Amino acid sequence: MTTTPQAVRRASPRKRRPATPAAPDPSAGLLPQPAPVRLLNPDGTSLPSRDDYPEPPVEVLREMYRRMVVGRRFDAQATALTKQGRLAVYPSSRGQEACQVGAVLALRDNDWVFPTYRESVALTARGIDPVEVLTLLRGDWHCGYDPAGRRTAPQCTPLATQCVHAAGLAYGESYQGRDTVALAFIGDGATSEGDFHEGVNFAAVFKAPVVYFVQNNRYAISVPLSRQTAAPALAYKGVGYGVPSEQVDGNDPVAVLAVLTRAVAHARAGHGPFLVEAHTYRMEPHTNADDATRYRDANEVEAWRDRDPVVRLEAHLRARGVLDDAGVAAIAEEAEAYAAGLRDRMNAQPAVDPLSLFDHVYAEPTPQLVEQREQVRAELAAAEEEGA
Amino acid sequence: MATMTMAKALNAALADAMLDDDRVLVFGEDVGQLGGVFRITDGLQARFGDKRCFDTPLAEAGIVGFAVGLAMSGLRPVVEMQFDAFAYPAFEQIASHVAKLRNRTRGALSVPIVIRVPYAGGIGGVEHHCDSSEAYYAHTPGLKVVTPATVEDAYSLLREAIDDPDPVVFMEPKKLYFTSAEAELPARREPFGTAVVRRPGTDATLVAYGPAVPVALAAAEAAREEGWDLEVVDVRTIVPFDDATVAASVRRTGRCVVIQEAQGFAGVGAEIAARVQERCFHALHAPVLRVSGLDIPYPAPMLEHTHLPSVDRVLDTVARLQWDDQPDSRWLARGSAA
Repeated sequence: MTTTPQAVRRASPRKRRPATPAAPDPSAGLLPQPAPVRLLNPDGTSLPSRDDYPEPPVEVLREMYRRMVVGRRFDAQATALTKQGRLAVYPSSRGQEACQVGAVLALRDNDWVFPTYRESVALTARGIDPVEVLTLLRGDWHCGYDPAGRRTAPQCTPLATQCVHAAGLAYGESYQGRDTVALAFIGDGATSEGDFHEGVNFAAVFKAPVVYFVQNNRYAISVPLSRQTAAPALAYKGVGYGVPSEQVDGNDPVAVLAVLTRAVAHARAGHGPFLVEAHTYRMEPHTNADDATRYRDANEVEAWRDRDPVVRLEAHLRARGVLDDAGVAAIAEEAEAYAAGLRDRMNAQPAVDPLSLFDHVYAEPTPQLVEQREQVRAELAAAEEEGA
Repeated sequence: MATMTMAKALNAALADAMLDDDRVLVFGEDVGQLGGVFRITDGLQARFGDKRCFDTPLAEAGIVGFAVGLAMSGLRPVVEMQFDAFAYPAFEQIASHVAKLRNRTRGALSVPIVIRVPYAGGIGGVEHHCDSSEAYYAHTPGLKVVTPATVEDAYSLLREAIDDPDPVVFMEPKKLYFTSAEAELPARREPFGTAVVRRPGTDATLVAYGPAVPVALAAAEAAREEGWDLEVVDVRTIVPFDDATVAASVRRTGRCVVIQEAQGFAGVGAEIAARVQERCFHALHAPVLRVSGLDIPYPAPMLEHTHLPSVDRVLDTVARLQWDDQPDSRWLARGSAA
């Protein structure tokens, strides 16, 4: 075969095409930083300040510390209440206080929170009555607080389903001209659920102002993170949905609040959802009914004890000169009083009314439910008569 | 009065609801520009804009969960599940959230969502397009479950569903979408929980809903030749169920056959049969019998006619209602074998 002059020309190095400008990387601005954002060392000393995540005002950090201390004391009290049989079960968030309180402080009161069952400390930090928070676990009803009034969805037990609710609510609010942001809590294990994918995707497509806040505490009951994902970090899941994301040291309260503040601002400004992964650790078992020694090493737990977020923030605030022994003691005293009040109130037997079972199945009970209510009423009357 | 299809009546109901209440949003897969694969949402996007009627990502759990959030923000979502079996990914959202949110929150939150489900067979559809899934929803407290059988009911029940304060699974019999009838819209609206006597009769009551209603009516017509005068009751709202109308009919006639297109075991028809015998035992001259689909996965199109309740199968069942005071020979045969 002979070579055509045209082919020769094409092969000529003199006819090199002009260099095309590199196409912009469409994932730019979506990927998290390769290492979790950190503003404090584990000993509480400050790292160099950075422009992308300015340190929150010190008075906010002091309030954060207060709520973290009270929250941790609440958490210990709730665990104690399970041992006394006052709660059916309690999933502790000890060690995750920076995330629990940071999320609440990053939001306005009229923003919405979509918590899971592990967010009791976040709910008390939001100002919800602790007895109302524990109603679910005490067992006198499913949700003890008023979710509409508190702008806080019922604690979600089915995994990741709240991610889609948050997208819908946030879109509905913006559709009606309100600048509400929704923050959905989710754990590392639940990022494997389809509803996480669908929620983040819907929020992205509809540009809904949602912050998805993953507390990666390393375990889904017993199953380690390596069995949930092969992603470099959970924060990398954002880019696949076109959602910017960030990872943060979840035991660094200053960094958590700084990153969430920026995420909330991004959502409120109309740029759509933002995904934050906080690297943290569940110091306690999944619940009081779990035995964590079966799946994790005591040394591992000890290593995380050295990264305690409460100790870290306290050291930082002392160094900044806004907290001293007296301040620490006053907050500890407040926490004790809070726990004592909770204990006393939880020792009272709650009144439950079997006839209320029929009240909120439908707006108006169906004829069948009216019949069943009458049957239960008769059973109760008969039992009372027998007892009398 | 005008002649129109059930599809057109449903479309008119959506349009009228959107006109009357700007909180009503219609969304799902292909419901926007295309107007839905069955054209039930035809023209809504052009008329009301793409904020009121819009397409979503192709994800049914997402669609229903998104509707939950929208309802929490005060809107009235009406979502379309493209086909019965395609709604299954949404089942957790429906069973754990849509149905329970009012109850979990003691009424503080409610989710007045309408989930439209084109359902059932008889259209020659391939697998996963013909399921009768009503029992799953009817078994879930907190949901209302509605299924129209006539053009006017399609309009009035859908309007009622959209206005209802509770979540409604609105089951649309696909095979009736393009049946036409004289209808005057807006059709008269009756509250949920009202069954209707479609055809009065004296000898036995056929209780049916959705796609089984035309079968019941055709069977009643054919039964005249056999000398039976059959009454047909259209259930209309499976939940809440109208015990009063059904029981009153059976007390009048003394005999009852329940007809459903769904597979029979643990189905809605079983519930209806049990409720009838609980209420009408002394009025019954024969056991309550059922005609249903077979207890098989929905068959391939060339075999579906064997599966679906037919006029002949209904008449054969009516014939077993112990007209000559003789127990059904099938039960006798079983008894003697025991």
